[in-house]
Amino acid sequence: MTQTFPMVFELLQVVLVLALAPAFIGWIRMLRCWLRGRTSAGLLQPYRDLSKLFSKDMVLADNASWIFRFSPYLVFGVMVLMAGIIPILSTELLLTATADVIVLVALFAIARFFLALAGMDVGTAFGGMGSSREMMVASLAEPAILMAIFTVSLIGQSTSLSEIGKVLIDGEFVLRPSMAFALLAFILIFLAETGRIPVDNPVTHLELTMIHEAMILEYSGRHLALMEWAHMIKIFNFAAIGIVLFFPWGISTSADLAQIPITLVFLAVKLGLVGLGMALVELPLAKMRLFRVPEFLGAAFLFATLGMLSYFTME
Amino acid sequence: MLLMLLGVSFAAAVVLGFVGDRKWAHEINVAASGATFVAAAGLAVQVYLDGPVMAGGKFFFVDAFNVYLAALTAFVAMTTAIFSRRYMKLERERRRVGHWGMRFYHAMFQLFIFAMLLVLLTNNLGILWIAMELATLSTVLLVSLYGTPTAIEAAWKYFILCGVGIAQALFGTVLLYFAAERVLGPGGEALLWTNLMQVSGQLEPTVLSIAFVFLVVGYGTKVGLAPVHHWLPDAHSEGPTPISAVLSGLLLNTALYAVVRCKVLVDHATGSRLAGNLMIAFGLLSILVAAFSLLRQKDIKRMFAYSSIEHMGIATFAFGLGTPIATFGALLHMLVHSLTKSSIFFTVGHAAQLCGTQEMKRINGLIRSSPLIGWGMVLGVMAIAGLPPFGVFVSEFLILTATMQNAPLLTPPLLIGLGVAFAALFRRVQPMVFGTAAPGSHHPLVPAHLPVILHLGLMLLLGLYLPIFLSQWFQTAVELLQ
Amino acid sequence: MLLQHAAQINSIMAAMVLLTGFGLLVQRRMNALLHLFAWQGLFLSLSTALVGLTAGVHHLYISAVLTLTLKVILIPYILLQLARRLHIRKEAEPLVNIPTTMLIGIGLVILSYWLTSPIRELSTLVTRSTIATALATVMLGLLMMIVRRKAMTQVIGFLAMENGLFFAATSATYGMPLVVELGVALDLLIAAFIFGIFFFQIRTTFDSLDVSSMVRLKEDRE
Repeated sequence: MTQTFPMVFELLQVVLVLALAPAFIGWIRMLRCWLRGRTSAGLLQPYRDLSKLFSKDMVLADNASWIFRFSPYLVFGVMVLMAGIIPILSTELLLTATADVIVLVALFAIARFFLALAGMDVGTAFGGMGSSREMMVASLAEPAILMAIFTVSLIGQSTSLSEIGKVLIDGEFVLRPSMAFALLAFILIFLAETGRIPVDNPVTHLELTMIHEAMILEYSGRHLALMEWAHMIKIFNFAAIGIVLFFPWGISTSADLAQIPITLVFLAVKLGLVGLGMALVELPLAKMRLFRVPEFLGAAFLFATLGMLSYFTME
Repeated sequence: MLLMLLGVSFAAAVVLGFVGDRKWAHEINVAASGATFVAAAGLAVQVYLDGPVMAGGKFFFVDAFNVYLAALTAFVAMTTAIFSRRYMKLERERRRVGHWGMRFYHAMFQLFIFAMLLVLLTNNLGILWIAMELATLSTVLLVSLYGTPTAIEAAWKYFILCGVGIAQALFGTVLLYFAAERVLGPGGEALLWTNLMQVSGQLEPTVLSIAFVFLVVGYGTKVGLAPVHHWLPDAHSEGPTPISAVLSGLLLNTALYAVVRCKVLVDHATGSRLAGNLMIAFGLLSILVAAFSLLRQKDIKRMFAYSSIEHMGIATFAFGLGTPIATFGALLHMLVHSLTKSSIFFTVGHAAQLCGTQEMKRINGLIRSSPLIGWGMVLGVMAIAGLPPFGVFVSEFLILTATMQNAPLLTPPLLIGLGVAFAALFRRVQPMVFGTAAPGSHHPLVPAHLPVILHLGLMLLLGLYLPIFLSQWFQTAVELLQ
Repeated sequence: MLLQHAAQINSIMAAMVLLTGFGLLVQRRMNALLHLFAWQGLFLSLSTALVGLTAGVHHLYISAVLTLTLKVILIPYILLQLARRLHIRKEAEPLVNIPTTMLIGIGLVILSYWLTSPIRELSTLVTRSTIATALATVMLGLLMMIVRRKAMTQVIGFLAMENGLFFAATSATYGMPLVVELGVALDLLIAAFIFGIFFFQIRTTFDSLDVSSMVRLKEDRE
């Protein structure tokens, strides 16, 4: 009995992420539209986009190799795997024992690696450009995110997400400068890694500046749908990691089905707020020049390091 | 007596601010400086007869160490004021300084004297810091008085570097207060030097060591110790010469005084040689850096500014050695350097006015044109280079003896520094004073005789014979500083 | 309980002061720079008042108010006006590029942590954990003065350094004696005015506030 419940939880969480990720994106877009005084396409538009893409035919470039065909599935699979690992509903899931931050960062890296390979595979200029830019952003963002997460792991005394979450939930609430710095760093990296303004603009296909869109430019139909969906799940996952690290209150610490409704309410509220935050951050900003991106991520690294230092100096 | 000493210069600053560019502003300046000197001399006599004096509710503290510096400050300030009367009048006539400039010059001159006296006389290390900063602030615009690009650059450097330095000193003072507060309890009492000395054995050694590093870097910037000396040659060469004279002759002494006061405290608390060794290192480095920089100078005031760095290095070095003979030598060195250097700047200022340039290449034939300036410079340079029978020889000799006795390994670098400086000065000065000038290149002027002659006379006197009251003062100061 | 929360809030304030210190280091636009500086002063003043409240040291209120008027309102306002009148909008490219500056900054934070560790161990005050931050702020101000070229930015670096010193005094000893703090504030005010005069002098003689044009005074100047 005790074994089935985590199983149920696990499945529920994966399904939930698969189902909710497009809605989350829809929510962000909706908010952006509202904040700009436009009519939005509604919460469900991403679903419609995805289903349209799934029903369309696929066009493959002549020189596309197996990597090109394989990547969408791999990227999607990795993202779904992560959705299962991250303690979104409960810290007592079957897979959460593996929810080590280093593993998570590595999983992100695998997905990105194949994405970049796929971008270069066909050999168009845009794909290669997108890939190289993506790798540049990633190489700068990764140390920063590790630093930020390590700062929190210092407080949680563990590199396992579920352990950190548990410590934070059970412990007394303490205002910590290190957490504030780490959060700040995390937000910056979140924006960079998920390709949001000011690092990348998800709504345009402007040749000179696009990063993520450039890599998946050659994809169409089913593959494109998977890629897009995987990207939505990635954003969702990132938000979930942020929630566990910084605002874990409300995540169930047991594998009890009775807690699901309340957990879901908490999750919805938190995601709603994260979406609002993202929309508010993106709204007044313009996309920065690519050469400024290192400075942006440098700032993220700085905050993360300061967070770690202030853990030692001030606490 | 003490309040009068400070009050006169402060009041004079205010009055001169109002008097502005009137004819008798110069005379007021001289009179105020004279009154300050009389008060300082009175105070000195009082301390000589009665021992250390405390005044203003422990706010001021005067002992043999600072009273002699205060008297020296007042004296050089007076002679500089006399010199500045002729010098600045000429500058005004030649329109290098404007109406507002003169008003400003006089007020700030007196404020500067006030700030330095406050540094010397206060018992509170916090006030000492404030006064030191005030001394910087009051002179910074004097350095840029001529408004030329180089003058402004020099003043900016002076301001920024000294600001940074003095900020380090404030951090050191905070640390000092931190250590003191644990023993003496919070409040203004904990920063009083006399109180600190009483409990110096109980102060936390580690904290005081860190504090001293900050203090020596901070006040050391104002002393002009290498490697934080870069403001000094600029500021000294670009400001009006009377200001160069007081900067070189007095401000550096005052800053060194602050360092030494802190050093005594730290020595007592830590019981180690850390503070002394630090000062030895800074001092020796300054001597060498300055000596080799002297070789490359082309501007006359700049050259003598480097010479000031060298001599401050010698004094710092000697205080760092810390043996009675070395300390005695250092005290004497501060005195004679101050007198010699200000008299050199008097003659240099007139020489520059005479030839219309500060470039050494274009200064020549001084003795022919104006024997006082020429011979004044020759004798001044002989004195500053440490030739007998002048005072600097005595003090340098004492310091060298102490070095051979206590740190024989440091003697060669010290001698090299002194030797190079000696050679550099003579190589430059000789063509300037001897020979003949191109006709028409000199603008005749009436130099200020009194200050030059007075200073040179005193230097000679100190070289031949040390008055009994002075040596007794120094003895007492040496005991205080042990 | 109150004490503990106060200590937490104080560390957050310290963190904000440090953060603004870094912000000053990397910000290029003059307006934003001055605003950041004002924010730093505000955090400093809040922290001072908080320490005064929890430690029962009442003269710290005076210091807090002094900081508020001087460093949050008066000096930023004066500098802002000056910047407008002298048409300073952007900083020239700094001497060292920004990521490197940040790394040096981090190094300085570590250095100050190391330097102040003996003091932290000795201190019994609530605020002892912020001493390292204070020294770091001083060092960052110093770094800013070194890597920036505009006179105005150097001045802001100087003032930020002063902020750090003030912060050090509060966190190490609950503030220096009042006489000293008043004196320091007075000196600062005079310094600010002198800076103002300087800007005009530099501007009129060099036609720009770029300090890198000040290179005439060198050792072997002809």
